[in-house]
Amino acid sequence: MSDLLDRLPYARFLGLTTASEGQILTVTMPFDQKLIGNPILPALHGGSTAALLELTAVAQVAALYPRLRLPRPINVTVAYLRSGRPVDVHARARISKAGRTVAHVLAEAWQDDEAQPIAALTAHFLMAEDDL
Amino acid sequence: MQSPILDLLPQLAAGAAHTHALGFVYDSVDGDRVRIRAPWREDLVGDPDTGVLSGGLVTTLLDHVGGLAVWIALGRFESIATLDLRVDYMRAAEARRDLVAEARCYHLTRSVAFVRAWAFEDSPDDPVAAAQSAYMLSSSRSRGLGANLRIAPEAGR
Repeated sequence: MSDLLDRLPYARFLGLTTASEGQILTVTMPFDQKLIGNPILPALHGGSTAALLELTAVAQVAALYPRLRLPRPINVTVAYLRSGRPVDVHARARISKAGRTVAHVLAEAWQDDEAQPIAALTAHFLMAEDDL
Repeated sequence: MQSPILDLLPQLAAGAAHTHALGFVYDSVDGDRVRIRAPWREDLVGDPDTGVLSGGLVTTLLDHVGGLAVWIALGRFESIATLDLRVDYMRAAEARRDLVAEARCYHLTRSVAFVRAWAFEDSPDDPVAAAQSAYMLSSSRSRGLGANLRIAPEAGR
């Protein structure tokens, strides 16, 4: 359903793929060596997981509330719960409130077990067509 | 008196696979403030309609430069892990321009480092984004980097 991420260069750089069940998107970041931030452990760079969460939130907002422009982040908070192992990461977002100008979104990223998330995102997006 | 960490900064800024793939480069250090740069690249753009670097890339840049600021404050390299990171996006970045990020670790405890960071094209006084973040130091075993990757010797604690 959402080809949106296929259009965004950075989502393509991260190799993101989107699956949808009804209107709920699950975005996957397949493991790639270039995502490694700590070669000793090894562990994924937290920034790659944060970017996955942010892009999942963008795609979910855009899927439920289509606008001409992409929803633009006002602020984004990422909590890192566990180190990212060198395997695929999945993410899903939930829109807790979508007002006329602002949407609040929660998202989580996990690897093998959805009940053991590796990172969580809280974000606000600007929904209005005009500028911040 | 030159801290040995300063010689490591270029490697720490760009040496890992992810930061290398993103093209990050070490810029400079001034006291406790450190700067790295993300050169603009077509494949790192967030919205193809605007040509602006992706918000996800800005987050990665701010996360990473914050880590460098922690090592400068510690005066040494040790494993650290970002606990959380908040990024405020103040304005759209300018299209087809490099972004610079500057960070400062303004407080250290035994287990946590507190950092502020900014991303901008020309001056931190006119930021694209600002971050506030906390990093766990490896001396804090329970939340240390990769704690979930090790077979916990303290299992059952």
